[in-house]
This record gives sequence, structure tokens and C-alpha cells, in this order.
Amino acid sequence: MWGRVFRKKASRIGIYGPPNAGKTTLANKILMDFTGETIGAVSSIPHETRRVRRREDVHIKGDGYSVTLDIVDTPGLATKIDFHDFMAFGLSEEDAKRRAKEATEGVIEAIKWMDNLDGVLLVMDSTEDPYTQVNVTVIGNMEARRLPMLIVANKTDLPEASSDRIKGAFPQHTVVPISALNGKNMDLLYETIASRFG
Amino acid sequence: MDSDINFAQNIQINMISASKLQAMSTMDKIRLILDDVTNGRIVILERGLDPREEAQLIEHTMLKIRDTAFYGIEIQSYDRDNRPSPWNILRKNSGNRVTVIGPANRLKTLKKEKDFISAVIS
Repeated sequence: MWGRVFRKKASRIGIYGPPNAGKTTLANKILMDFTGETIGAVSSIPHETRRVRRREDVHIKGDGYSVTLDIVDTPGLATKIDFHDFMAFGLSEEDAKRRAKEATEGVIEAIKWMDNLDGVLLVMDSTEDPYTQVNVTVIGNMEARRLPMLIVANKTDLPEASSDRIKGAFPQHTVVPISALNGKNMDLLYETIASRFG
Repeated sequence: MDSDINFAQNIQINMISASKLQAMSTMDKIRLILDDVTNGRIVILERGLDPREEAQLIEHTMLKIRDTAFYGIEIQSYDRDNRPSPWNILRKNSGNRVTVIGPANRLKTLKKEKDFISAVIS
């Protein structure tokens, strides 16, 4: 009984980053490993996730570590959204415009969620330039709120990936290189999550 | 005079001083930036926005995209210097650095590194 009364509440962790960095792939991987479920669909078309999705009480545990998280998978943050970009993926103009409108609302929702978190996993695509305004803004907001943050350098399975470029760009933060797609280095990520957010 | 440079279209650049920015509210800054950028102008802020203001600027940019024929902004600044030093605390240094903002269809970043930004205005 006392264990239940004094049980530490779960840390609410937001998964943030630019579109197509692999946020939902990471959320799915974490949830599959510890709950056997997924949280959302993934796609090569940007802004596939256009609403915030939550999964509560996810127990992450391994050899010598354990932490309980509420996972918040957020839409990709962007400063520009052009429906023509979606038409290049074969969407009709009507569908592309609808996707763009929903994507803008998703970005707004993701930003509002920053006020309700205990920490952030900032997911970056290791094949892309890390010095984007979205990354700088998320990092700045977490630093301003004095909230813990981990940078996840995703897509290390790709030949052009360079997690060192991300480490060089943000040397004041912990960077964990992973591939959410094939599960590479996930044990290290879980251990780091437990120590940082536990 | 011969020149290889094409001056076919003028582009207005508005530079906002740190003292003017300091006297403005967050909403006034965002309104000023988005008014300029939606009219095709480039805005250079001597001292950029703080992180919460940047997030609000992105939020209001999304509202503009949703409600008008606007594709968004390109915004570039250097990473903040947030190293906790006595000097920064004494100066109340926010770490904000010069920031360039323009319409996404006119301002394109070519290359960005820690201390170097290369962009083209079209």
C-alpha cells in the first residue's frame, strides 16, 4: 500500500524534432519493446503525425535501471509548410492542402505541449544538417525551462549518417546515436533515458 | 556600367535595433516580423528572440499558413551562448544573437555551421 502511495509519478516525456526525423518510429520502437503495441503510422511523406499522441505508464526497465514514462509523440516542428511539397509525393491538390492545414495545427499543438512536460527526447536525422531553427528553438525552450533533454541521433543505419556532426553542434548536451528502425543502440538509449528522466 | 548582378527586383531589408526590440512586447515583435515577412521583406534583428518568443513566432506563422496563402518563414540565427558564466549573469545575457527572418519562398539557407550562415535571397 505505502509503495503505491509514495510511488513516484511517471515523467511525461515529449518526443520532438523536425518532420521525418523518425519520432514516431522511435515511439513505436519504445512501445513495442515494453508494451507490445505501437502509437502511430509512419510514412516517407512529411507530417504523417499531425496530432499529439500519448501513452501513459510505460515501464522501461533493463539490467540495473528502471523508469516509468508518459510518452508524448508530437507532430514534426517546422517554420514552413507548402502543400506543393506534398503533391510531389503524389497527393492530389485537395489532399495536399488538407494535409498542410492539419500539419499547421499539429505544429501549434506540439508547441503548446512544451508547457506540460518533464523532459524531451529531441530526435534528429543523423544524415541532415543539425543547425536548424527547429532544433535550436526546442533546445532553447528546454534550457529556458530548465528541463532535462536528450538528443537522439537517429537513422545511424544510413551510410551518410554522422552522429559526430550532431555532437559537435550541441556539445553541451548528451547525444545518443541510434537506429529506431533496426533497433541499433536502443539498450544504451533506454539506460540513458532512465538515468536522465528517472 | 556592365555588371553580372541582376537588379531586376528590389528586396527590402528591415534591420531592427536591440534597443527597439527591448522596448517591444512579444506580440508586438511577432506582429512586426510577420507583417514584414508576409509582404516579402527580410527582417534582421540585432538581438534575436528568446526561446519562448521563437516558439510563439512559429505558432503564429502556422496560423498565417493555415488562414492565408503563405508558406512560412525561413529563420536563421547562431546557436545561443548559454554557458553559465558570472559575466553572462551580470550582464543578464539572454544569449540571443543576430537573427535573419524572411519568407520561405524568398530566403533560402545554403549552408549553416556553428559560426557561419550562408543564405540567398531571391
